[in-house]
Amino acid sequence: MIRLDNVTKTYPKATRPSLDSVSVEIEKGEFVFFIGPSGAGKSTIIKLLLREEAPTKGHVYVNGRDVGALRSWRIPHFRRSIGCVFQDFRLLPNRTAAENVAFALEVIGKPQSVIRRVVPEVLELVGLGGKEHRYPNELSGGEQQRVAIARAFVNRPLVLLADEPTGNLDPDTSIEIMRLLDRINRTGTTVVMVTHDSNIVNQMRRRVIEIDQGRVVRDQPRGVYG
Amino acid sequence: MRAKYVLSEVALGLWRNVTMTIAMIITMAVSLALLGASLLMYLLVQDMREAFYADVEVTIFLADDITDAQRQALGEQLASDPLVADATYESRADAYERFREQFADAPELVEATRPDALPESYRVQLEDPEQFEQILNRYADVEGVDEIVDQRNVLSRLFGILGAIQNLALVIAIVQGIAALMLVVNTIQIAAYSKRREVAIMKLVGASNWFVQAPFVLEAVFAGVLGAIVAYGTLILGKIFLVDGALEPLFLAGVLTPLSWGRIHLMLPVLAGIAAFVSAVTGWLTLRFYIKV
Repeated sequence: MIRLDNVTKTYPKATRPSLDSVSVEIEKGEFVFFIGPSGAGKSTIIKLLLREEAPTKGHVYVNGRDVGALRSWRIPHFRRSIGCVFQDFRLLPNRTAAENVAFALEVIGKPQSVIRRVVPEVLELVGLGGKEHRYPNELSGGEQQRVAIARAFVNRPLVLLADEPTGNLDPDTSIEIMRLLDRINRTGTTVVMVTHDSNIVNQMRRRVIEIDQGRVVRDQPRGVYG
Repeated sequence: MRAKYVLSEVALGLWRNVTMTIAMIITMAVSLALLGASLLMYLLVQDMREAFYADVEVTIFLADDITDAQRQALGEQLASDPLVADATYESRADAYERFREQFADAPELVEATRPDALPESYRVQLEDPEQFEQILNRYADVEGVDEIVDQRNVLSRLFGILGAIQNLALVIAIVQGIAALMLVVNTIQIAAYSKRREVAIMKLVGASNWFVQAPFVLEAVFAGVLGAIVAYGTLILGKIFLVDGALEPLFLAGVLTPLSWGRIHLMLPVLAGIAAFVSAVTGWLTLRFYIKV
């Protein structure tokens, strides 16, 4: 499903590579945590998987495709098979919860009939039934992240990337969000999550890959934060 | 649905930044009007070349004190000259008649001219208009010849003036055009900045590049086309007040070939096309290089 093959990523002007010959393989339907200190290279992995960046050396495969070799005009289509959520939610403040989700479908050309059907469904699924018409500033942090997850999941992507999705949330809310991600994972979606949150990693007991200074220093099934 | 989305985004973008939009349209209009004027002038000069060079002739003016024998000898020499296609004698009376016809619109001028003020002449059509020099050498010193005038010289001086005006208009058009394009670049940067959240999400969820770029590019194209329409209006006013107004005598006198409405109307699609294309390319490059959309 996802394979990093000897991936090195050096940003221009950086003194050392953000990722240094990293090789990782993630199976379909897995739930994987990437952990490690700030600046270890975790977010670079998300950027590579989204093809916001191309690897300096090595290959990144997602859904069997060599992502680094994608022509720029193919990238948009590739991204439709990936959902992504972030620490800062990235919702449009002038649109309601339902409109935020619908926007993601409209801009990839989904017909209105489909949008009208799937948006309420997915909002119900993430536990926002009844709050479709609230604006982001009328929702709590946890609820905003649910909207973001609904937007990422509405296309039923094969992979869901989460970059510190609980970074702005209190512990209780974080656990609710993790339950939601776990449910999404159980539908067969591969979930890759970057986090600092040791509590969550220890509670979930899923595969943990620890990165430090751009290198994989630990890769444990059912691991803990350590 | 998607077309509706794109169009409403275009309208919103232009309205949000309305002073800049107006500035953009005005500079574009000025630039395009001058470009249009320059093109019309170019066409005019082409027309005049065609119309005048076809029957351009060399005029051999005869001296006041020419004798009948000299006149006849000159006529015979011209008739047998291989460089000459045709030579016709024009008496003082003929010359005056022609003058009166040409300046029928300026009766005061005709009044003020005595019938014998105009010299008699031979009007000579050359086999090859380029061979004027040889004619000049051959006939300048013939007895009874006063002066030899190549009409092409008169014309080329006129064309020189028209060409200079045309070049000036073109230079101003280019300078204004550059200013207009800088405003396009600026407008698009502002538009893209004010919609950076939407753009980021569109890219994240995989909206195609054209869909992300279209509203911005269309904003520029719309302003360009609007500028072209304003420029077209300016040219219409120019036709009414300049060509059919202040400069009318020059056209009626046949100095300038007439400028048809068809030419003016032709400028609308031409200018709109140029404006749309240049704005679109500028907009697209701005997005690519400055904003990486």
